[in-house]
Amino acid sequence: MNLLTREALLSFRRAPLLSLLSVTAIAFSLFAVSLFLLVAFNLRETLRGIEERVEVVAYVTRGAQSEAITAVSQDIQAFPEVQVVNVVTQEEALVRAKTELVEFRDAYRDLQVNPLPASLEIRMKEGFRDAKSVAAVAERVKGFDLVDDVRFGREWVERLDQLRNVTGIVGLSIGAAFAAIAIVIIGVTVRLTILQRAREIAIMRVVGATNWFIRGPFLLEGAIKGLLGGVTAVLLAGAAWRLFRNSLGTAMQGLVFLDGVTILGIVLFGLALGLGASLVSVGRHLRDV
Amino acid sequence: MIRFHRVSKSYPNGHVALKDVSFTINRGEFVFLTGHSGAGKSTILKVLFGEQKPTAGDVRVSNFVLGDMKPDDIPRLRRKLGIVFQDFRLLEDRTASENVAFALEVTGARPDTIPARVMRVLTQVGLAAKARAYPRELSGGEQQRVAIARALVNDPPILLADEPTGNLDARATRGVFQLLREINATGTIVVMATHDLELVKSAGYRQLEMRGGEVTYDSGVDDTLATELP
Repeated sequence: MNLLTREALLSFRRAPLLSLLSVTAIAFSLFAVSLFLLVAFNLRETLRGIEERVEVVAYVTRGAQSEAITAVSQDIQAFPEVQVVNVVTQEEALVRAKTELVEFRDAYRDLQVNPLPASLEIRMKEGFRDAKSVAAVAERVKGFDLVDDVRFGREWVERLDQLRNVTGIVGLSIGAAFAAIAIVIIGVTVRLTILQRAREIAIMRVVGATNWFIRGPFLLEGAIKGLLGGVTAVLLAGAAWRLFRNSLGTAMQGLVFLDGVTILGIVLFGLALGLGASLVSVGRHLRDV
Repeated sequence: MIRFHRVSKSYPNGHVALKDVSFTINRGEFVFLTGHSGAGKSTILKVLFGEQKPTAGDVRVSNFVLGDMKPDDIPRLRRKLGIVFQDFRLLEDRTASENVAFALEVTGARPDTIPARVMRVLTQVGLAAKARAYPRELSGGEQQRVAIARALVNDPPILLADEPTGNLDARATRGVFQLLREINATGTIVVMATHDLELVKSAGYRQLEMRGGEVTYDSGVDDTLATELP
């Protein structure tokens, strides 16, 4: 084993409690970040589910020919914002009304004439499900002669917009706050390790070790601690996710866990935190003595 | 060779540690730095090993000009020096031989050469039999011998010793001093700061006496300063 690795590992053996404290500090800070990411992830998933339901409904003028309706639907389908256009005929509308609006089933049964208009249900592509894009599409759809009326629940879409913005901002700020706390805690624990080994550093300097040589084991130590902390955080988050999902029954079965890229991101972030905090602390110590 | 030419050192708070100090120490010399606490002995040693920068004047150690030195060059200077302190500065959780080997390891010596070099130098200081002892298992004199072995293991041409016998009893002092004499006899410059005037008198080596940051007496002034300084 070379000197760098040996010295870095030696510090774990010599100060197991302090090392444990550092790893735990990193793990819990990153655990908090992971939990938050989990919430943000699931919120995003839920939002995406809701967003998929954002649609513009265009009611077709009574008596329009089905060929003409198909032609209009094809035109709308060609809009860059539009994902799919679903034609709902008068008959389909009635069938749907009968199944969905159970209270009015009797009233519908006695009808001689179908009062429901045919409609076009226009789903938006991802990225165009905000109030502005939806309103723009609705406006253009209204321009077709065949279209009698257009509805899209403006208020509801605007709320969704706000919710999206708020979660984004809150997410970023809480994530940044936890990351900052993690950095401070790691910095403090690394500093403690350095103070504990100040004598060794002083001797290294006196016998002519270069500053980079002195930094080496500390950086490796910080990186190992960060890595361990990151892995522990992901494991803890996994355990919390499982516990939460299992204890809350079927309603929470749909909860998703972090994706691979995010997990790798957390672990690498831990490593970078450990490395960065060590670099700063050792640098400060070497400058001070 | 060591040369101080009109060297001063003052601190931002106004304290003057060295005032216009000049002297030259030639190859093979043994020099005592004497004076009360705060007279400037330790400052001279600290300037010599690059721990402190002089505020004025010119310092040369071997081929190094200390005033122009970049921080990155300081480790190179220190590899040419052996440094010994009053408090030994050994690593408590390492054996005598590991303490000595540490100096070689951290300066990038080839690992396969280390054990032999460590044993050679421990033998030289008379501690080969205690190579595996931890500092706490050694007497003060023995710990200082380990520190001296560590200082010598890189074969430095200059050995700096800051009160090396300050913590030792009379017998251990004699032993350590004898060791320093033997090291000097091989051609190594030895600069030793000490309070022990008895030792200085009995040894008969050159003495630089310091007071208030100035050299007030140099027993070697006739045959060194006059010829070496411009």
